[in-house]
Amino acid sequence: MSERSEIKLTINGQTYSIRVEPRRTLVDAIREDCGQTGTHIGCEHGVCGACTILVDGAPVRSCLMFAVQAEGKEIRTVESLANGEELNTLQRAFMEHHGLQCGFCTPGFLMLVTGVLEREHDISDEDLVDILSSNLCRCTGYQNIVKAVRAAANELRQRRTA
Amino acid sequence: MSAPAKGSGFAWVGRSIRRVEDPALLMGRGRFTADLPATYRVRFVRSSVAAGEIKKITAPDNAIVFTAADLSAVKPIAPVLHKFGYVPVAQPVLASGFVRFVGEPVAAAVALSEAGAEDIADGVSVDIGEAVPVIDARSAIEDGAPLVHPQVTRNVIVEGKMETPGFAAAQSGAHRVVAVEVRSRRQNATPIEARAGHAVFDPVSARVTLTCTTQMPHLMRTAIADLIGMPESELRVIAPDVGGGFGQKMSLVPEYVVLVWLARKLRSSVAWTEDRRENLIASFHSRDQYVRLQGAFDSDAKFVALSAEVIANVGAYSCYPTTCAVEPLMAMAELPGPYDVQAYACIARGVLTNTCPMAPYRGVSRPVITMALERLMDVAAAQFGLEPVEIRRRNLIDKFPYTSATGLVFDEATYRQTLDMASEALDVPAFRRRQQQERSQGHYLGIGFATFSERTGYGTPAFAARGMGVTPGWETVELTMDPSGYIELRIGASPHGQGLRTTLAQLVADELGLSPDRIKVVHGDTDRTPYGWGTFASRSLVIAGGASVLAARKVRAKLKKIASRLLEAAADDIVLEDGVARVAGTDRAIPIEELARAAYHQIHLFKGEIDPAISETATYDPPGTFSNACHAGIVEVDPETGMVTIERFVVAEDAGRLVNPMIVDGQVIGGVAQGIGNALLEEIVYDDTGNILTATLADFLPPTSHEIPPIELLHLETLGGTTITQSKGLGEGGAIGAPAAILNAINDALTPFGVTINEMPATPQRIRAALREAGKKRA
Repeated sequence: MSERSEIKLTINGQTYSIRVEPRRTLVDAIREDCGQTGTHIGCEHGVCGACTILVDGAPVRSCLMFAVQAEGKEIRTVESLANGEELNTLQRAFMEHHGLQCGFCTPGFLMLVTGVLEREHDISDEDLVDILSSNLCRCTGYQNIVKAVRAAANELRQRRTA
Repeated sequence: MSAPAKGSGFAWVGRSIRRVEDPALLMGRGRFTADLPATYRVRFVRSSVAAGEIKKITAPDNAIVFTAADLSAVKPIAPVLHKFGYVPVAQPVLASGFVRFVGEPVAAAVALSEAGAEDIADGVSVDIGEAVPVIDARSAIEDGAPLVHPQVTRNVIVEGKMETPGFAAAQSGAHRVVAVEVRSRRQNATPIEARAGHAVFDPVSARVTLTCTTQMPHLMRTAIADLIGMPESELRVIAPDVGGGFGQKMSLVPEYVVLVWLARKLRSSVAWTEDRRENLIASFHSRDQYVRLQGAFDSDAKFVALSAEVIANVGAYSCYPTTCAVEPLMAMAELPGPYDVQAYACIARGVLTNTCPMAPYRGVSRPVITMALERLMDVAAAQFGLEPVEIRRRNLIDKFPYTSATGLVFDEATYRQTLDMASEALDVPAFRRRQQQERSQGHYLGIGFATFSERTGYGTPAFAARGMGVTPGWETVELTMDPSGYIELRIGASPHGQGLRTTLAQLVADELGLSPDRIKVVHGDTDRTPYGWGTFASRSLVIAGGASVLAARKVRAKLKKIASRLLEAAADDIVLEDGVARVAGTDRAIPIEELARAAYHQIHLFKGEIDPAISETATYDPPGTFSNACHAGIVEVDPETGMVTIERFVVAEDAGRLVNPMIVDGQVIGGVAQGIGNALLEEIVYDDTGNILTATLADFLPPTSHEIPPIELLHLETLGGTTITQSKGLGEGGAIGAPAAILNAINDALTPFGVTINEMPATPQRIRAALREAGKKRA
């Protein structure tokens, strides 16, 4: 149970060599062993989605995956989104539309939406609401998150067709 | 009433500028308590039984485990109330001798890793001689019920009673008396960040720094230092980024006391991050109430008398600083709501049970009493054959100031106007026609209204009326302009998502003719900020905002004095605008940063007429103000499944001047979403033995984006004189009105079935049970 093994995690293009127990969850490894604390823990049972990250491009609850399962996979977290100090389209849309208040659930929403919009460029508004119901936010009542995500999706779509 | 801020002389107030808080949070650079590294991790061993005597605690060999025996010098949490027959009870920070609810911390297991601490905690065995618990508040006040604390007779820890002179005559002379009985089930505020604390001992200064996810850092410092018996100066409390609070993070957390004690004991850093199960079973609960009302009306459906009985289940202990009396006493003071009814009688009890302690949660009691009163109005409307809107219109107060039956003074507001706005938005006559048509198709639609007041921004007199041992209310700010002309505003309030760093900067910017980006707001650190009460009770923009304006006006006066000397003009002729001090109507101007520089580096120029430096302090302790709103919704109830779908939801509200309309809308929508969760989904369920059956977010159900319809917002801005900024608080209103409007709409939808739902949450199971029962009666 407590025997540690050495694994390599690739997070936002950087490789971290860490020693973890087999039971170490991916989110704990990302936060504590790799020091990337932008990913948050809200429930540790896969409901709230605060810990959502991208693993090989797909949104994943990092509390429901063990660190050892992520070896050799490409992990992306909220820290990857901005270009230096410049917010990306989705982050800017959250700011413009007041899609966050306390900001604790925000990294999970941003990564969930990033994963979805990268795969489904023409996702409908209804399907977006459906996707967003994967994660919990207690401050905003979702309305402004929905607005922000729709605006970002439109902007990305327009840029693609331009 | 006057128009919004446009053209009113404000450059920044009234504008939806983007929040200064956002970029860091969006980039994953927020600093939350659980992000801090620590040498030791702590896991709390919790009681698995609701009541009993601790016989023996056995720890694994060589494990670091602390119990109440180790912390014998730490005083228990024992808040005080000097009125309403309050009987003090004491809560040891680790259970001592007895356990009184499932989840109560019994021991602290310490290890070098979280997993290690969990392993140790799993190995601790707690031998408890089980006693019979009492879970339900009504059972708890029956003869012979087990006592949670032996000194509290019939488990009634506090009892408020009042009757206005002439109440009996008013009630007996009435044309009609209408009764309702409502029940609110127990809820948990459920911030997405659960509780977390981190304490580090500094061997050089012998101080401890506690970083924790709290809404009131200064009071945590006072309380913890008191309990441990250490000088307050040896403790620093930091509230970093806080992931939502909604009231759950404003009470003293016993675990934080243990963390500070451990940091001193181990002379190191210790951290505890609560998991969701702990949050659901052992952080604070609320809203567990029975309310029984009798409303007396004259033949014109004019409300002439109200009597109320409130039973609030307050759990096993009393929270600090408000005490557990906060729910029953708020209910008693505010039950008459926004209606003109001067004959009133009430008995409101707080009742101890073997359940998780109750503490404030957004709205505090008012979501429940508003639901009760608004159900009463709808039931009365039906008996008089009136539309719900009409009976409210006849009874809402409309002359201000209005002194209520309980002595509250209502300042100018727009109860009737907001009701009219909401009912026009939903077009009630058109809805009634559609409702009839849809019924014939087997679709059951209903419309529901809730009109209410939200008492906000109240200072010490309001809290003193409750007889609290700790009387909060005022706020102090310190405003410093440095030699570069930039401003630091240090506040005792402690925002956690409300955007106060943005809105306070807007207020100060307009007083000083500066851009908000030159104003940095500092909060959440007892070493850096003046003593204050924190952020709760819809108070911070009103009170900390008022204090900020007062401090800014002092600085403005000083800047004008400096400018008057440098520009050789009378101070009264100087205006501050666009970053300069100008002689009004001329082009003679000087940048404000040069005034700042002169105040520090050229003070000899002023020949003793002004003191060096620019730093002012101001305090504001307001009487309080009432914002108001009408919530109205249309729902469809599926009688086959009991599912409720919200088709439309309108909020017409008036919170005075809107400093940042974008943030205001966010607060209202977020509050309504919590109200919808409270109304339809969220329920902490105990079994008869006091075990919680809802210990995950798959069982306790906050709403998702699916359950929240688009919320339609309508604003009025009544600019009265009761607050410095002419703003009223509005942080809680969304959660206060929504449950009542939704319950009324559900009942309206179910009229053809003769079914009444007076319980929240109105889950599909409850609605189906009521329909089955009605079906049986009819058969």
